[in-house]
Amino acid sequence: MTHHHDDDNGHISRRHALECMIWAGTGVLWTISGGIPVSLNLLGEAQAAEAMATGFTFLQISDSHIGFDKAANPHAIDTLKEAMGKIQALPQKPAFMIHTGDITHLSKAAQFDNAAQIIGGAGFDVHYVPGEHDLIDDGNGKAYLDRYGKGTRGAGWYSFDQNGVHFVALVNVVNLKAGGLGNLGAEQLAWLADDLKAVSASTPIVVFAHIPLWAVYPEWGWGTDDAAQALGLLKRFGSVTVLNGHIHQIMQKVEGNVTFHTARSTAFPQPAPGTAASPGPMTVPAGQLRGLLGTSSVTVKQGGQDLAIIDSTLA
Amino acid sequence: MLCIRLPARHMAAILAAFTLTTATCQPLRAADAPMVRIENFAFTPPVLTVKPGTTVTFRNDDDIPHLVVANDSSFRSKALDTGDTYEFTFTKAGDFAYFCGLHPHMQGKITVAP
Repeated sequence: MTHHHDDDNGHISRRHALECMIWAGTGVLWTISGGIPVSLNLLGEAQAAEAMATGFTFLQISDSHIGFDKAANPHAIDTLKEAMGKIQALPQKPAFMIHTGDITHLSKAAQFDNAAQIIGGAGFDVHYVPGEHDLIDDGNGKAYLDRYGKGTRGAGWYSFDQNGVHFVALVNVVNLKAGGLGNLGAEQLAWLADDLKAVSASTPIVVFAHIPLWAVYPEWGWGTDDAAQALGLLKRFGSVTVLNGHIHQIMQKVEGNVTFHTARSTAFPQPAPGTAASPGPMTVPAGQLRGLLGTSSVTVKQGGQDLAIIDSTLA
Repeated sequence: MLCIRLPARHMAAILAAFTLTTATCQPLRAADAPMVRIENFAFTPPVLTVKPGTTVTFRNDDDIPHLVVANDSSFRSKALDTGDTYEFTFTKAGDFAYFCGLHPHMQGKITVAP
């Protein structure tokens, strides 16, 4: 985490309290300042390493799409295995993992089983939220809830606390309305309001859900209709980090006290907003695929409110 | 080609339809079968006008599953993987707006008029 935005009193200003660092496969380090990605030189790598060594780290994977076998990646199961191999080889073991949905491609039992075997085989606790691809079994989501719904509410939302951070797992892929985007719904929002009541404003909050909770590109459905209501409930907190998947590429934005970040897929890339006729699996030359797939590790520095996000490719 | 992957029961339905239409001297030709193609996250054509009693086939040509849902819940497909089809027979006149249950920004309409 860079500290070049400290204010005169030596405090990190609220606006810059949640900068993100991207450590891409090329070794380039990025930092986000006021929502604008700024490339830094590799000096920052040492600071990233220090954060990794002294903080508590968790790891995000997303959009593994087990069962996908089309041209964009005929071997989505293999790239998930590669991702898990890289996670197991990390020098600093993450405390746990989150999976931000689209575990499977078609919600088939065998796809859930394969994903559980590969992801579970690494031995980490994994906190899941469903993507829309995980709820298209004949039971409209029963297959997902049977596996991952224990201890959750409604369509699978829940919260938990770890190392002083309050984690909130939201579901925005059910009861989608014609012409709409992702949807949280009144019942979940009421639960969220209640859940946050007992949490102090100084507690760092991490919210994760499948579809982005900010309007990345509504023309392609990349946003959540009632996200503003959820974010309104999070206004009083000093540090809010929102982690999403769905769009299979890294996008980020800092808005006030909230840092938004989307993770890469482990299965296939999608085009950047507006650069193709539609979203969907993007076929790239074989040698480039692994540079567009990956995982994200998030480090929470003890005693600080900064969360450092480091994205790694499979290349 | 009308369909790439047809379950046996669909074949039976088409054979039955063929027999029926032959009997009434209105041969059903593949080129005339009302079809909505799903491609690039869009329904094509976005508005399709048919006569009452017409069976419309929705076919997913994307590499991503889609799901056809009527706004008024009068019909709903299962998730359609690449190449999968869904058929619905529109018996009543009227406008039937529908959307993709997975990507709800995708919308279309079937107009049923005598």
